Amino acid sequence: MTELMQYLQNLLGVAWLPVWTLVKILVIVVPIMLTVAYLTLAERKVIGYMQVRIGPNRVGYFGLLQPLADGLKLLMKEIIVPSGSNRFLFVSAPILALMPALAAWAVVPFDDGMVLADVNAGLLYILAMTSLGVYGIIIAGWASNSKYAFLGSLRSAAQIVSYEIPMGFGLVCVLMVSQSMNLGDIVLGQSGSAGLLGWYFIPLFPIFVVYFISGVAETNRAPFDMAEGESEIVAGFHVEYSGMAFALFFLAEYANMILIAILTAIMFLGGWLPPFDIAPFNLLPGIFWLLAKTSFMLFLFLWFRATFPRYRYDQLMRLGWKVFIPLTLVWLVIVGAWMQTPYWLW
Amino acid sequence: MEKIANFFKSFLLVELLKGMALTGRHFFARKITVQFPEEKTPQGYRFRGLHALRRYANGEERCIGCKLCEAVCPAMAIHIETEERSDNTRRTTRYDIDLVKCIFCGLCEEACPVDAIVETRILEYHGENRSDLYYTKPMLLAVGAKYEEQIAKDKASDAKYR
Repeated sequence: MTELMQYLQNLLGVAWLPVWTLVKILVIVVPIMLTVAYLTLAERKVIGYMQVRIGPNRVGYFGLLQPLADGLKLLMKEIIVPSGSNRFLFVSAPILALMPALAAWAVVPFDDGMVLADVNAGLLYILAMTSLGVYGIIIAGWASNSKYAFLGSLRSAAQIVSYEIPMGFGLVCVLMVSQSMNLGDIVLGQSGSAGLLGWYFIPLFPIFVVYFISGVAETNRAPFDMAEGESEIVAGFHVEYSGMAFALFFLAEYANMILIAILTAIMFLGGWLPPFDIAPFNLLPGIFWLLAKTSFMLFLFLWFRATFPRYRYDQLMRLGWKVFIPLTLVWLVIVGAWMQTPYWLW
Repeated sequence: MEKIANFFKSFLLVELLKGMALTGRHFFARKITVQFPEEKTPQGYRFRGLHALRRYANGEERCIGCKLCEAVCPAMAIHIETEERSDNTRRTTRYDIDLVKCIFCGLCEEACPVDAIVETRILEYHGENRSDLYYTKPMLLAVGAKYEEQIAKDKASDAKYR
């Protein structure tokens, strides 16, 4: 392996670094895209099962080829650009929505040292990238030149701005406790002989809950899917989109879901660390544990959607501003004081 | 006191967790989906599907052209034209049902004094354009001839309630 890499390095010369980085990016992006495709199937299956149905099972065994069929269908469809729309923005909006959802993966550590860019300000980078996604939605709503799309994008913008704050405070707690903004160091800070008792979700339990709920709101998922609200504003910001342009929004939403799930797993559930540092558990590779935790968080996303009805808009704002922000602020102070006492064990 | 209890109840997400427990239980429940082409839901003998015109056992068509079905049809989907046949009986020359208009209420079947127009159990039929679903007299008679056995059985089951 090293010989092969040495050979390629000599062969490509200065082009080696970009090529090698591109390969690494593909190694991350391709599995994400596949996961997104199969997450849509998982969603339909899980929600079906919770509604005592069996979900898609006709395309391939257990419906396993359904995502491919859906993708193919969307590819074949015509992309209709409304005549009153701003053509350039209309086309660039889906790209703007998907790009940050994928770019944020650069700093996600999959195992000890298995990370594309080991940035020390990783947490800040994540915050920046997850907030950028809203531009795609706003631009899509504005460029469509349709009242439903515009209302949807306005709702989405207000919602994301409101829920960014409790999310940001949650991250402040995490970085206070871990003393680091590097996601790899945050995971290592949770390691120790105590196993799962050493993970940050125990001292930061309210923050963990608030962060995850804000994450659901941030990705515009049910019960916070005000931006889509198909029973009120038909489909919200992507009402005018069809074919692959619509599929890109779909991909962005699901990629964001996976991102929030993996970030929750990294910051609160010990990332790639096994729950008990003893024989059968620590023999499995770290990436297995990370993916198991991520899958659990993703299952929660689907479970929420199958359970809760959509929030009314004022309830949504009340929850964000009058419950989550005070709660995170109080817990921030409590954790700060707690860390100064000898009873701080993490 | 109750206010404080409610505060903690909402703060600890008790009701949300209850809701999730309910959907969580259903996740493992036995699924009730009927997988259509392979499995079918049971049909009653009064099922109202595709229409058919019947004949008597001697081959004479039952319809006497009284136009009661045409009159009762709330969707005005039936169109009938009649004439006097050589044996001085009144018979239809046209008996059309526009299945696109039909709402499958079964009133034509109820109105018919001679059990000529009936609705069969057939529901798996289609048309590739609108005119395919405009059923004329020969088409309706053909449906009746094909499924006469089943129709007679269903009529017999229903007879004691009429």
